[in-house]
Amino acid sequence: MKPRWTVLFTLVLVLCCAAASAQETGDPNELRALAQQLAGASLSKMPPILEQLGETGGERVVPLLRALLEGDLYKVKSTDEIVLGVEQGDGYAASDALDGTALGEYPSSDLKKLRVNNSVRVQLRGIIARLTLGSDKVAVRKEAVRNILERPDEEGVTLLRAALLQETDATVADLQRLAIALYDINHTDDPALRLESLQHLEGSVEPDARNTLLRLVEQDGDGNYLEPNPVIRARATALLQNIESKVEFYELLETIFFGLSLGSVLLLVATGLAITFGVMGVINMAHGELIMLGAYTTYVVQQLMPGNIALSILVAIPAAFVVSGLVGIVIERGVIRFLHGRPLETLLATFGISLVLQQAVRTIFSPLNRQVATPDWMFGSLEFNAVFSITYNRLYVLLFALLVFFLLQLILKKTPLGLQVRAVSQNRDMARSVGIRTEWVDAMTFGLGSGVAGLAGVALSQLTNVGPNLGQAYIIDSFMVVVFGGVGNLWGTLVGGFTLGITNKFLEPVTGAVLANILVLVFIILFIQKRPRGLFPQKGRAAE
Amino acid sequence: MNFKKLVSKAALAAGAAVLSTSLYAADTIKVGVLHSLSGTMAISETTLKDTVLMMVEEQNKKGGVMGKKLEAVVVDPASNWPLFAEKTRELLTKEEVDVIFGCWTSVSRKSVLPVIEELNGLLFYPVQYEGEESSKNVFYTGAAPNQQAIPAVDYLMNDIGATRWVLAGTDYVYPRTTNKILEAYLKAKGVAASDIMISYTPFGHSDWQSIVADIKKFGSAGKKTAVVSTINGDANVPFYKELGNQGISAEDIPVVAFSVGEEELSGIDTKPLVGHLAAWNYFQSVESDENEAFIKQWKSFIGDDKRVTNDPMEATYIGFNMWVKAVEKAGTTDVDAVEQAMIGMTTPNLTGGVATMGKNHHLSKPVLIGEIQEDGQFLVVWETDGLVPGDAWSDFLPGSKDIIADWTAPIKCGNYNTVTKACSGQNY
Repeated sequence: MKPRWTVLFTLVLVLCCAAASAQETGDPNELRALAQQLAGASLSKMPPILEQLGETGGERVVPLLRALLEGDLYKVKSTDEIVLGVEQGDGYAASDALDGTALGEYPSSDLKKLRVNNSVRVQLRGIIARLTLGSDKVAVRKEAVRNILERPDEEGVTLLRAALLQETDATVADLQRLAIALYDINHTDDPALRLESLQHLEGSVEPDARNTLLRLVEQDGDGNYLEPNPVIRARATALLQNIESKVEFYELLETIFFGLSLGSVLLLVATGLAITFGVMGVINMAHGELIMLGAYTTYVVQQLMPGNIALSILVAIPAAFVVSGLVGIVIERGVIRFLHGRPLETLLATFGISLVLQQAVRTIFSPLNRQVATPDWMFGSLEFNAVFSITYNRLYVLLFALLVFFLLQLILKKTPLGLQVRAVSQNRDMARSVGIRTEWVDAMTFGLGSGVAGLAGVALSQLTNVGPNLGQAYIIDSFMVVVFGGVGNLWGTLVGGFTLGITNKFLEPVTGAVLANILVLVFIILFIQKRPRGLFPQKGRAAE
Repeated sequence: MNFKKLVSKAALAAGAAVLSTSLYAADTIKVGVLHSLSGTMAISETTLKDTVLMMVEEQNKKGGVMGKKLEAVVVDPASNWPLFAEKTRELLTKEEVDVIFGCWTSVSRKSVLPVIEELNGLLFYPVQYEGEESSKNVFYTGAAPNQQAIPAVDYLMNDIGATRWVLAGTDYVYPRTTNKILEAYLKAKGVAASDIMISYTPFGHSDWQSIVADIKKFGSAGKKTAVVSTINGDANVPFYKELGNQGISAEDIPVVAFSVGEEELSGIDTKPLVGHLAAWNYFQSVESDENEAFIKQWKSFIGDDKRVTNDPMEATYIGFNMWVKAVEKAGTTDVDAVEQAMIGMTTPNLTGGVATMGKNHHLSKPVLIGEIQEDGQFLVVWETDGLVPGDAWSDFLPGSKDIIADWTAPIKCGNYNTVTKACSGQNY
């Protein structure tokens, strides 16, 4: 009899385990039926279904939830079946929402997107966070912990406590401790536990940590502290001081970066003008439109190579240089050379050209703005901590501006063309008498300056609107920087651009954006009164 | 003799050909279209020009108005505010149009106002604006602040639970007045001054780093924060891009915009905008028979399946249909008769309701709040129970609380003080 009992016991054990594991991962068919309910659910019916999906499905439903969050979940109109869709040509490549098996292609008219609103998105993020606390990717775990930190509830914090025991990554563990500590401080009465929890807040610049500390030292209308325990209050005050000084430091860094970034945009748009206006002395009011042409070239290149956004930006850089450069040469050969030495006429003629170019773009591309996509590697920001991060697109533009600037310096200083350009700009008659073809040099110089304007257009297409008015917005800034920096000096443009950028960004928080712009203009007017030749005036005979 | 007759006949024919427009005018009703086709505002206004042309064509297919064909006279004020006044004068004196559909920015409308009142013309203005105005010669078919801004704030306050507010706008008359109204409204609702942050930026602002960082800082104080944006069309794109880049999502800090519609979204990468809000009186995504027909008609008229419809287009649609009905009711295109016939006039709107023209020359409209979706369309998340009548003079500004506009007898005034019982005439 004994062996039979053992067999029975084993059988029961096996059945038990099977039942337990089935409960944990959910019966696939049941899960599928549950997911299917989403197809007919209105926004108000969605939350309970999603909650149930998260509970029964475990980590397997994460792709489905993410797809719903990002708008990649569709229902097939004819069968009501829920599928994951990835845009492909005119239609979608569909795959099963749960196991990911490919289901072939659907034309876009056959699929209907499942739409969600903000409250459902918040719920989805919460569920995903709870399900991915144990993920093997550090970034995913970190995001999950941050989500619970920002919207703490008992269930999430309980899961966090369990996850903390197994955490191997130090930064994630710190974040977990912080989230648990914040929860404990705000939700328990035990003074010892709260005091101990306070330790984990030390030096943290997380806004939630700061807000919790601020609440601990807050007074009500009559001057009574909201927090009765004086020990905790004292500790919180000390921690807060430390944090505040840290935050101030990072905010200073941030403002400086903002200034550098604005300065880099100014530098980019002004560099081309520094050559045409600074070196050649041509007041080119169409400079902004040459920038605009660069931006439109980026758009056209992107249209020509769909599905390859990252590469298209790299291709657009030389393309924009060539297009704007050629248009510049045409303008120089066709108009400006006949107006040599007549600044007023040049100004009017180039202003006219700028209007013609604008309207031409309006006629060819429509007056509406064009969409230039941003590659993924330019999206988001490089995060140092909760209060200091650098956005990638600004960072790349800053690097690009410096690169363009130094390449241009190299061309002007180290190439025969550069030598001739400098010779012609210093003394045209003398240059001609030693055999330099000044006409040709004029055209090339103007083309170079215009080409650089085109490069600025590529960068601006990533920061702002690509439309017919793009150029107008930057023409004044360009002249401002060149005049401030000193006509005829590229280094002046560099220093001028960054000085104006940083000044502007330090003024902006105090005075507001409108007044900051005005103050910078007033400052330049006063500066030009004192030093009419700008920051770095040309010296010697070249100055005449 | 015969030869002379022939010559004079030929001359007459030639003369007739030259003067054909003016002779033809006797048998047609002229409709002036005053929208910028070049310059900054061309981006928004060309669409409305096309809408009016479409409506005219449609009406002519139905046999015109009172048996007469409609003839559209299109002029281009080129986004140049003083030119708006000149072109209005040209339309009214030289072309002798019977009605004008036009203007977008408030400053262009303000520029047209003295001319249209002097020459007793008729203007239909189809864009949401700041209110504080009611002219005998203008019908406002866009939203007044109480039909857009106030309900949007109510939604954020009651449904989203926002307690801290950022009022961000471009620095000109519409955002300044709207924000003044909103600030007064929020304070009346018990929001502390320290919980309101107001920031203005120049036209076409593109460097949003500091302002977005400020919003982020302001919003990280532990209270639910919402941004009410009166930022003008173009500048919105870099603004939302910066929000996305700095990691602010619509779930953390929702932005509700009053100038971002389907048309503005069609030219941009909508990824960073998903979930942010807009308040309008019409969305293309609204399901109704009228809307479906309108969208179909628009796409075939413009010959582009990807073109979208938007709120000012609906306002133009309602305005045009109402004017046609009013002319038929009055039996004449005479401005005074049409103006009186317009009041109380009803016509179906595109969201399945019926728009009524009020005594103050403003329309009754439903208010819809939509969340931006990835395809550039809106998902309606909230709407008012019924139609909201437009209020020309805000009840939340101390200066205009007691003022009403009523163009029926016996008041017949756009600026009537109910306390002093005095009409201040045209002092807006």
